[in-house]
Amino acid sequence: MVETQSIKKAREPLAKRFKQFFIDFARQWEIQSMILPGIIFMFIFCYIPIYGLSIAFKRYTVIDKLDTAPWVGFENFKLILSDSFFWDSVVNTLGISFLKLGIGFIIPIILSIMIYEVSSSRLKKFVQTVSYLPHFLSWIVLGGMLINWFATSGLFNEVLLSLGIIDEPRNILLDPNKYWWIATLSDIWKEAGWGTILYLAVMAKIDPTFYEAAKIDGAGRLKQIWYITIPNMKLMISLNLILTVSGLLNSNLDQTLVLMNSQNRESAEVINSYVYRMGLAQGDFSYATAVGLGVSIVSVILLVTANTISKKLNDNQSVL
Amino acid sequence: MNSKTLKKDWNSRLFEYANMALLIIFTILIIVPLWNVIVSSFSSSRALSEGGFIFWSPEFSLENYRAVFRDDMIWQSFFISVAKTVIGVITHVLFCAMVAYGLSKNNIRGRKFYVGMGVVTMFFSGGMIPTYLLIKDLGMLNSFWVYIIPALLSFYDVIILMNFFRNVPLALEESAKIDGAGHWKIFLKIFIPLSMPAMATIALFNGVGQWNDFMTTKIYVTNEYLYPLQMKLYEIIVQAQTQSMQNVGGSVVIETATKGVQLATIVITTLPIVIMYPLLQRYFISGMMVGAVKE
Repeated sequence: MVETQSIKKAREPLAKRFKQFFIDFARQWEIQSMILPGIIFMFIFCYIPIYGLSIAFKRYTVIDKLDTAPWVGFENFKLILSDSFFWDSVVNTLGISFLKLGIGFIIPIILSIMIYEVSSSRLKKFVQTVSYLPHFLSWIVLGGMLINWFATSGLFNEVLLSLGIIDEPRNILLDPNKYWWIATLSDIWKEAGWGTILYLAVMAKIDPTFYEAAKIDGAGRLKQIWYITIPNMKLMISLNLILTVSGLLNSNLDQTLVLMNSQNRESAEVINSYVYRMGLAQGDFSYATAVGLGVSIVSVILLVTANTISKKLNDNQSVL
Repeated sequence: MNSKTLKKDWNSRLFEYANMALLIIFTILIIVPLWNVIVSSFSSSRALSEGGFIFWSPEFSLENYRAVFRDDMIWQSFFISVAKTVIGVITHVLFCAMVAYGLSKNNIRGRKFYVGMGVVTMFFSGGMIPTYLLIKDLGMLNSFWVYIIPALLSFYDVIILMNFFRNVPLALEESAKIDGAGHWKIFLKIFIPLSMPAMATIALFNGVGQWNDFMTTKIYVTNEYLYPLQMKLYEIIVQAQTQSMQNVGGSVVIETATKGVQLATIVITTLPIVIMYPLLQRYFISGMMVGAVKE
């Protein structure tokens, strides 16, 4: 019955279906009036900028409007290839991202297992409360804190001096060789606790009888973690991994802007801050947009690739 | 037999203690640096320049806070921060809820198109420069509304609210309809009050985002009277950094005076978040879970 109706509907002439659409639409005007402002909003604030990406293929100057700027094809993209500052920023972005991926991805997993395994519920609550807190600090606040911690009379040097690890205080924020580690470790400090929330939520749903059965079979705590907890987290881990991989080229702009200074610039400049500097500080809109567009395209490719691979690994269960 | 269970018990206990010890070290690594910032902000400039303390300052003083509060621009920034957070959150939540209510009805004409259009915005965007050009063409550079209007809608939040609205019992809506209420009335009088938990979650996340946001100011605003606290703090940090680099070995007094101001501003900027934190904590875990559920 339903099927014949839909077939009939499809066979109706276009004009009639069009008319029906408008009659329905008019009858639903009240609800449509609630949705349309949102659609108009998205059209203006999301779709017009997507159209605006076309300036990557134009030579846009301040006197031009978007539509009057002359087309130049791939010229901006060709310039990118020979821009050594751009490639420096790529190296920094990848270096920091892979450090964050290698260390920052594992720590929340370990931490969530550790929190899950604590039997004292008061300690559990305390650790969670404390570890979530840094997530709510802005990067500007944390940047200000880091600058004070690493100052020559600051906490970091104080601790190292009193432990006898160093002889005289140094400000490592001015040392380009340390910047990648500072960016990575400060990010972990801020987000590790927050990263445990979803893992803990997944673990809370594991059937406790699994653990009881394992105990009867003589499995110790570590074996229980390895054979029960981790396999149950697999899907959430791959979801997180996909999101992390697709964001590989999108390093944190707030963090970079506040921690970068004239001394560590060479190892601190990332693609996002480079786009910001070329576009808004130096006014080279077309070039900066071309860089941004290239990065978005590579990011989408990474996202799709990571999703495909994880689909294969997770028995064709797509996590996205 | 007995010795074997004892041994196992001992292993498990060792695991427990090692685990607890590591977690306590982890929390110390978070608490001590934060505590140190608070203590430092209440230190005299002399104590700050000499350093040498971790948990307790040798010379407590309110001079940093006095210096910060004497600055009229700090009060102005505080006002802007509060205004943009309060107005931004209310308009964002209501706008998202309105769209979500409409999209939560399955038989709406064009629904597939609307949702498709929204989902695209979750994965693609024009990026920094085209968005800047748009905001410029709309005349919103250096205007307070740049904090509010472009942040009105987030399709993630629409999806969360949409899923929540679907769980509101249909009978409530039908009985209201029989009493002659239209959709706007049903939305305002039934759905909004019933969806307070979901709206509060979104409001809190959005509020933290608004309070912490600094890129919007950095990109679109050059008028100092529109600077929120975050931007003010950023300026103080950058200023202090360039100053201290010019003064390597030079006048130490200037450096530490600004350092005290920096620390006090950091604490003031963070205070509202820390005060709200117990409230936040109640909501954000359930909020994360709702957010992770895809349509």
